[in-house]
Amino acid sequence: MAKYMLKRLAQSVVTLFIVVTAVFLLMRLLPVEGYLGERYDKLSPEQREAILQKMGLLDPWYVQIGSFYSKLAHGDLGTSAIYRKDVPVLQVIAPRVPYSVRFGLVAMALSLAAGLAMGVHMARYKGRFWDRTWTVYIVLINAVPSAVYLLFIQLYGTDLLKVPLLFDKYKFQSWVLPAISMSLGGIAGYAMWMRRFMVDELNKDYIKLARAKGMTSSAIMVRHVMRNAYVPMAQYLPAAILATVSGSIYIESLYSIPGMGGLLVDVIQRQDNPMVQALVLIFSSIGILGLFLGDVLMAAFDPRIKFAKSEGAR
Amino acid sequence: MADGKAVAAGPPAAVVAKGDAAAGADPALFTFAEFDRDAGERIGWSNYSYWRSTLHMFLRNRVALFLLVLLGTILAFTFLQPLLPNQRSPTLINIDPATGRQFRNLVPSAEYWFGTNSIGQDLWSRIWSGTRTSLLIGIIVGVVEMVLGIAFGAIWGYVRKADRVFTEVYNVLNNIPTTIVLMLLAYIMRPSFQTMVIAMCAAGWHGVARFVRNQIVIIRDREYNLASRCLGTPTHRIIMKNLLPYLVSVIMLQTALSIPGTIGWEVFLTYIGIGLPVSIPSLGNLVNEGRLIMMAPELRYQLIFPTIVVSIITISFYVLGNAFSDASDPRNHV
Repeated sequence: MAKYMLKRLAQSVVTLFIVVTAVFLLMRLLPVEGYLGERYDKLSPEQREAILQKMGLLDPWYVQIGSFYSKLAHGDLGTSAIYRKDVPVLQVIAPRVPYSVRFGLVAMALSLAAGLAMGVHMARYKGRFWDRTWTVYIVLINAVPSAVYLLFIQLYGTDLLKVPLLFDKYKFQSWVLPAISMSLGGIAGYAMWMRRFMVDELNKDYIKLARAKGMTSSAIMVRHVMRNAYVPMAQYLPAAILATVSGSIYIESLYSIPGMGGLLVDVIQRQDNPMVQALVLIFSSIGILGLFLGDVLMAAFDPRIKFAKSEGAR
Repeated sequence: MADGKAVAAGPPAAVVAKGDAAAGADPALFTFAEFDRDAGERIGWSNYSYWRSTLHMFLRNRVALFLLVLLGTILAFTFLQPLLPNQRSPTLINIDPATGRQFRNLVPSAEYWFGTNSIGQDLWSRIWSGTRTSLLIGIIVGVVEMVLGIAFGAIWGYVRKADRVFTEVYNVLNNIPTTIVLMLLAYIMRPSFQTMVIAMCAAGWHGVARFVRNQIVIIRDREYNLASRCLGTPTHRIIMKNLLPYLVSVIMLQTALSIPGTIGWEVFLTYIGIGLPVSIPSLGNLVNEGRLIMMAPELRYQLIFPTIVVSIITISFYVLGNAFSDASDPRNHV
């Protein structure tokens, strides 16, 4: 187990290194003039060059990447160029982390709880009214672009709850809509998965045997079916984390929540390259961390996993 | 065997099974089944055809059939609309000849069926033009993703030596949220049609490759493939002839699902401001234009019309893709 986790950890570190390098090189494809922002017109060519020289942007790329790594190793993600000029990126991001984390965790918990309940409910009334109703919900959520339906939820939901359109951290009600919006996709995913799992599982022989032994339905559910659901559920967790991260970018921006996702949209719109780079790295790291945790959880839950042979599928 | 069949199928047996009153008495009801040498040579034959059964199953799904007709009509109309008489250009700014001012934010009327937008462009023609653009992106991205995904996925799944390398590459790509890949690529390139296509293909192909790989690993070592390999069939031929036909239905499903996905990404990227340039009408641009003025209830038609079109198209593709995938599964053919 420890060996497997170490190996998996090493893999994640390598991945992180590759991603960091790739992001850095991609960002260097942009014209360096972009780092000057709105000042560009006011400066003389000499001044521009001096500023860029000072920022180290005119050095050869291998010098740049070297200094980038050494700064990164010291926890320095660079300084903002436009959004909040000359303020270290981490200082801009730090106060925003709690919002993103809080919303992310609430949304994940909500989608897990509601999604699994919905899936069980659907399997129980398979082919009947509730199954069909929830199926319509799942189809709508999966097919219609989230960028579209979330807009309408904001538009009419805020009317309904009588809250302002934009997020107000002092009002409890304005936490409700963004959190629900973030979990809608996850609920659909978990419900769809849980329904299929339950329908497959309840037809298996060991369930029939358990019934024949006289076990009650609820005992079968808790002791057999749910126990078997943990493993694939853990497998699904990283995907859910990635989905929540992706969803948070749009939703935070939509409601002007002062979180990291909304910030990413802001800095992209204002073309603040160091900020974009830093945020992309942070989001990628969250993704890598999420997949790592998912694998570790799966290994912890599944007694059948053979650690020696982990070739092929991840 | 031949005997047994003849007895079971012959008229006397049926009568015995049916009648009971006087059946035992009348010898005319019984005839001996003759031994038929040829019967042993006759092979059981059914007129099963994969594609006909698929079609049959598909046609049984009323909802899917309705959506197919609806989607077909919309698609045909999208491409026919510019050819119809009295259509305005989607980018033309309509000006009132009397006052010389633009027809801004006109509500839907007989003249402007879907009204006009905030600078006086005809929303009706913009929506169809936008649908054209978005569908084109969707189809191009869907096809490119499929081609790349199948090519890499087939090699990944079939060639064992390549498995390690591909898996590592996939792990790196899969670790980054798709949204981030898309945003980064769209950000570093100039906003254009090509940028959208490249960014979306780059973000999506490895998912398809992984999917194809998993399917191929499942059927790679079935007996007929082992036999083929023992007979010395070259790898590319095994992949093309033995493996890929198996995957047609799942591949079609994936393509059908990638189109609504692409439209969704386009709307999202446009919202951030790194989508298509505003000069090209697209569903993303239209939804975004509508969003900017959604706070005025009387102007909400500018958001609602594009939304309806987006929803119809994406839901149709999604449901049709799933219906086709169900229909093409031989286990459902009875």
